[in-house]
Amino acid sequence: MKNVIFAGVGGQGVILASKILMEVAMNAGYDVKESEVHGMAQRGGSVDCNVRYGDRVFSPLIPKEEADFIVSLELLEVMRKLEYLAPGGKLIVNREKVDPAPVQTGAMKYPSDLEEWVGRNVKNAIFVDTDAILKEVGTRKALNIVMLGILSRDLEFTEAQWEAAIRSLVKEKFLEMNLKAFKMGRDYK
Amino acid sequence: MEKKVLLGNEAIARGAYEAGCHVATAYPGTPSTEILETIARDYRDIKSQWSPNEKVALEVAAGASVSGGRALAAMKHVGLNVAADPLFTFSYTGVNGGFVIINADDPSAWSSQNEQDNRHMARAAKVPMLEPSSPQECKDFTKLAFEISERFDRPVIVRITTRIAHSQGIVEILPRDNIPVKPFVRNFQKYVMLPVHARPRHVFIEEQHKKLKEYSDMSSLNRIEWGDRKRGIITDSVAYQYVKETCPDDSVLKIGMVWPMPDEKIREFAAGVESLYVVEELDPFIEDYVKALGIKCVGKDIIPLCFELTPEIVDQAMNGKAHPGKYPKYDANPIPPRPPALCKGCPHGFVFTVLGKLDLNVNGDIGCYTLAALPPYSAMHTQGCMGAGIGMHLGMEKAHGPEMARRSVAVIGDSTFIHSGITPLIDLVYNKGTGTVIILDNRGTAMTGHQEHPATGRTLMGEETHALDLEMLVKACGVKRVVVTDPKNMDEFERIVREEVAAPEPSVIISLRKCILMK
Repeated sequence: MKNVIFAGVGGQGVILASKILMEVAMNAGYDVKESEVHGMAQRGGSVDCNVRYGDRVFSPLIPKEEADFIVSLELLEVMRKLEYLAPGGKLIVNREKVDPAPVQTGAMKYPSDLEEWVGRNVKNAIFVDTDAILKEVGTRKALNIVMLGILSRDLEFTEAQWEAAIRSLVKEKFLEMNLKAFKMGRDYK
Repeated sequence: MEKKVLLGNEAIARGAYEAGCHVATAYPGTPSTEILETIARDYRDIKSQWSPNEKVALEVAAGASVSGGRALAAMKHVGLNVAADPLFTFSYTGVNGGFVIINADDPSAWSSQNEQDNRHMARAAKVPMLEPSSPQECKDFTKLAFEISERFDRPVIVRITTRIAHSQGIVEILPRDNIPVKPFVRNFQKYVMLPVHARPRHVFIEEQHKKLKEYSDMSSLNRIEWGDRKRGIITDSVAYQYVKETCPDDSVLKIGMVWPMPDEKIREFAAGVESLYVVEELDPFIEDYVKALGIKCVGKDIIPLCFELTPEIVDQAMNGKAHPGKYPKYDANPIPPRPPALCKGCPHGFVFTVLGKLDLNVNGDIGCYTLAALPPYSAMHTQGCMGAGIGMHLGMEKAHGPEMARRSVAVIGDSTFIHSGITPLIDLVYNKGTGTVIILDNRGTAMTGHQEHPATGRTLMGEETHALDLEMLVKACGVKRVVVTDPKNMDEFERIVREEVAAPEPSVIISLRKCILMK
């Protein structure tokens, strides 16, 4: 069984990223389950999706200490999910910061030492500068797919399998952009 | 066989389609909204609609059923409170075409004002209730619910929870059954609930209840999975998945039909294990029932009563295994929380900036704008259920006198006003209140994803229709002071609020500005 958590802020597209991963896993013959957040919580709040695939999946929620991957689309959000990371599990973190409301109002500070702390305490973690990639893709909306591309390097599925899943789930109008974003993530050095 | 990854709610929509459902109704509400959105988008053989509220939705579905069609009404748990009046009596009339009500509970109140456990509604209304535990079961149980409904002449509730509604999984896709609409046969004794008809119908449904108990015992909806006989666990809904995940060796009685309960199966299961446990979310509904059968079991002594369960909670309770995390805790600085908040440029932001500045008592309601109770606005002081703000506004004035209305307002969204704000506004005028009501008209049902409503001029299925004129409507309620204004001009908005709140007669301000997220 593989367990992947996508974390981020409402509107960043974690649901589409997890849907593509599920499609790939189902087409490869796995049982898959997922749990996601809708409604009021999406209004700028923290959101996450749990994706699980394997021979047989029961719970749609990933238990704490069992996530093989946490893909965080925002720097701070990874901190809320650390207790879910399995021993040896991997963090893939977008360096971008989105200030939460208490930081915007000046009531709290955005901690400045998060990356350094994670680097010290979690061996298997990479921090990604998505800014340059997204400029080349041409839209910041593709952040979710870039991060999925980076995750894909550690999963067993072929590029053709990923492309097929993206083609089946992304609207024609946005397809080229998303395929490019995925490729740039997958080729990220 | 074709397979698809579907959300629980999408699987219910698929189930309704495959079951040959003819009419589907709802009022949007998390976590149930996607059921009707999916039907309208993908299954246009079903006539689908947003109704103004859940009561109307259930009544439209009842009319479709009684006249011979297969009908589905979907709503969130608190929506079933609104629809409880028709539910309890259509339980007596029974059905003609299959009648299925989808009820979506929200343990942990992720998007709700409470976390009530609506399994009690099935018992109270004397209607059967099914509980799927996966997307595949969402589809299968919805189809089966139509059959049970017709076979036993009962409306049937399918109860899901947030984790069932908003979890995805693999679902097998089958074709649509061709079910014709049956003729409507007049039957006063069955369909007109005069007391003289209601009494024998009550006797009838108690007889049907006995037959349904036998069905519950025979049906594979309630299934014993024998494992190690040392521990037996009775469980339902998503809790079943957590039990299978964390207690893979134990014996399990999976409850898929939670009302009526399968007495004989419970007795057989209890007799076959050394110790018996019940793992269920929220209230001890199953536990109390099992204990009433005279069977000892452990449930809420170790399983939390409040909030949704998780695999870790079940693992801790059943196996004593803690899950503190495998990595150090970051404690150098506090991690700022990220609560949901009004969007940048949200029209509600202008309104609540002004209301906060004027330091008015604000009687709130259900919608995105409820977030204005939180900083930075902190400008909402009461909020309970849809429509409550206007009635509470009047109640404050009754308790304190008209000067209270000079320091207070009620605020309510456009969709919410149509849902249940009209009758309290009539009350405010009728009973000589003098308060101001602000209708936050952002041209859609914003919080649940911008669904159409009677004032948008479009139906769920995308047809153009009459657009309810809110200004004319409030005038017809007897409100003489009505102002329509864009709150973005906050100086002007403040002037209007001051003037209307000061006026010693009822007034309505329609604060008109489209949701920033709408195209």
